[in-house]
Amino acid sequence: MTTATETIEQLANREYKYGFVTDVESETIPKGLSEEVVRLISAKKNEPEWLLEWRLKAYRLWLTMKEPTWQNVKYDPINYQDIIYYSAPKKKKVLNSLDEVDPEVRATFDKLGIPIHEQKIFAGVAVDAVFDSVSVATTFREKLGSMGIIFMSFSEAVHNHPELVKKYLGSVVPHTDNFFAALNSAVFSDGSFVYIPKGVRCPMELSTYFRINAKDTGQFERTLIIADEGSFVSYLEGCTAPMRDENQLHAAVVELVAHDDATIKYSTIQNWYPGDKEGKGGIYNFVTKRGLAEGRRSKITWTQVETGSAITWKYPGCILKGDGSIGEFYSVATTNNWQQADTGTKMIHIGKNTRSTIVSKGISAGHGQNTYRGLVRIGKNASGARNYSQCDSLLIGDKCGAHTFPYLEIRNTTAKVEHEASTSKIGEDQIFYCRQRGITAEDAVNMIVSGFCKEVFRELPMEFAVEAQKLLSVSLEGSVG
Amino acid sequence: MLDIRNLQVKADDKEILKGIDLHVNAGEVHAIMGPNGSGKSTLARALSGHPEYVVTGGQILFEGKDLLEMDPDTRAREGVFMAFQYPVEIAGVNNAYFLKAALNAKRKHHGQTELDAMEFMQLVNEKSALLDIDKSMLSRAVNEGFSGGEKKRNEIFQMALLEPKLAVLDETDSGLDIDALKLVADGVNAMRSPERAFVVVTHYQRLLNYIVPDFVHVLSGGRIVKSGGKELAHELEAKGYSWIDAA
Repeated sequence: MTTATETIEQLANREYKYGFVTDVESETIPKGLSEEVVRLISAKKNEPEWLLEWRLKAYRLWLTMKEPTWQNVKYDPINYQDIIYYSAPKKKKVLNSLDEVDPEVRATFDKLGIPIHEQKIFAGVAVDAVFDSVSVATTFREKLGSMGIIFMSFSEAVHNHPELVKKYLGSVVPHTDNFFAALNSAVFSDGSFVYIPKGVRCPMELSTYFRINAKDTGQFERTLIIADEGSFVSYLEGCTAPMRDENQLHAAVVELVAHDDATIKYSTIQNWYPGDKEGKGGIYNFVTKRGLAEGRRSKITWTQVETGSAITWKYPGCILKGDGSIGEFYSVATTNNWQQADTGTKMIHIGKNTRSTIVSKGISAGHGQNTYRGLVRIGKNASGARNYSQCDSLLIGDKCGAHTFPYLEIRNTTAKVEHEASTSKIGEDQIFYCRQRGITAEDAVNMIVSGFCKEVFRELPMEFAVEAQKLLSVSLEGSVG
Repeated sequence: MLDIRNLQVKADDKEILKGIDLHVNAGEVHAIMGPNGSGKSTLARALSGHPEYVVTGGQILFEGKDLLEMDPDTRAREGVFMAFQYPVEIAGVNNAYFLKAALNAKRKHHGQTELDAMEFMQLVNEKSALLDIDKSMLSRAVNEGFSGGEKKRNEIFQMALLEPKLAVLDETDSGLDIDALKLVADGVNAMRSPERAFVVVTHYQRLLNYIVPDFVHVLSGGRIVKSGGKELAHELEAKGYSWIDAA
């Protein structure tokens, strides 16, 4: 092996720094999935009957479904009876304020750089912190509440705003959507709920931070964001998990609804444990995310930086129903060591003059396999629809792979659809050129990768763009020479 | 400044340099000439620490330090610059950003404060005026879509910014028309100083009409077979390399 490749590989092999385990007493139910387990989860959350029925309907359907196999990833079959479906840090009493959050749990979030005391919060970001199956803290609720904004855990929303939850739950991703969405609908435990009232511009970034801590536990959260007419919200999710030798399943569902003239920006920085250098352990990140641009001139933007997980399977999409609605998808997906990603988007154009933009940047290093899979569908009535897609792949080293599967279905002759794709490799000659100018190999790779990703990074909220860049350089460490 | 002793270098498992001795003082310009395959580019690349060129014997001292002990980026920060025969394109990386990173890496190495964007642009303005360089080149990606002439000028511009102690020009004249050649030569001449040395590798005497060397060395079969003053280049031009081989 040449030195250049060696450096690339060293770069890729820095230790995952979020891999610690918090020692906290948890309330955990036994492994396995059955109707009883679904009932138990619902009972623990003290849910109304309609929600239990909804879960059971999903569970019964799930039993008849088959796990999808069309994706370009390989893994051993998952034993769904070997997973714990509910785990929560034990509460000593009902929380009256954020200061009463279990100190161990709070210390965990502090260590991760996620402040859940309001006075320490950075740059005006409101945070909902989800630890294993439950939300442990939501900050800035009062301030947001005074504007009519609802930002709370999903379980609370079920009790406090049942009419909204009932109206929108499953309206974008029905329980029938796919195998993992059905599973999530049956066993979801918590997540975030956001409602922005008419004409309100949410004054701060809303953020949910997910942490899987308990062993053998799956995380099945559900997020629902509704932006009423003329409102605006920018939302960010982040996630990490301890290093464990076994694979852990994360099957989330995110639903977004944007009414007339509303805008939702949804950003993800995904840094689940990716497994070790030999490909042992790591999170299976099987997630269904979809936004309904219901209203006229509504807009939904998905921005994702995917650096973690052993396997990533997700296609955040937009249903462009309202006339003149806009969907955007900006993605950076990195696979290093033995990571696999099959990710992309779906842009479904239904309304007239709808527009979508797709910018996907895949980076593969080590033995990583990176697949872009995207669907652009222009319906019969979507006259004047436009789509622009750009899919670029960057290879580091010679044992990784990049694959692109664009699907275009156009049923309206007035539509304009453009697709561009490129594949490049960080060459040893490029790295040597940088080194001859005094720049280290590591900095050279970071520079080239950042240049490659800049169209996506500039879509992220500022404070997170810096974070994403750092994360990317860490996840590629050990990948050059 | 540069002291090369009995240098032997392999590339692709083939012995290319079979014992080179060369002594270069600050302020001097040495031209390395020779027919194709004589090893002149190998010498340039071995100086810069290119990973495909393996030193199998000998020594290179740079200001008394063992150059062979340093990795390529350390050599660069210590003041060794190589103008590439084929400058590399780096898509997506802004030329100005690249240069600033290079300059600051060097400044940091020498314990100097890093330049901020304002200070850097000031320096760029100064140097581009000196070399008559079109600044629009800076806002493009490194060498991407540059013409052959633009690439070589960009190399010289980088050299001017980084102010190396030793500049090695690896067949900088190849593929240049006469106007581009003059521009490059003017840049180099503007940078000649008593503190700086140049090693100019070239196949043709043509470049040496514009960059007039103090010494000329002729390489053949991996060895320096003849050394002399600038008149040696003219003699070669008149008689051809076969004159050396016959000698």
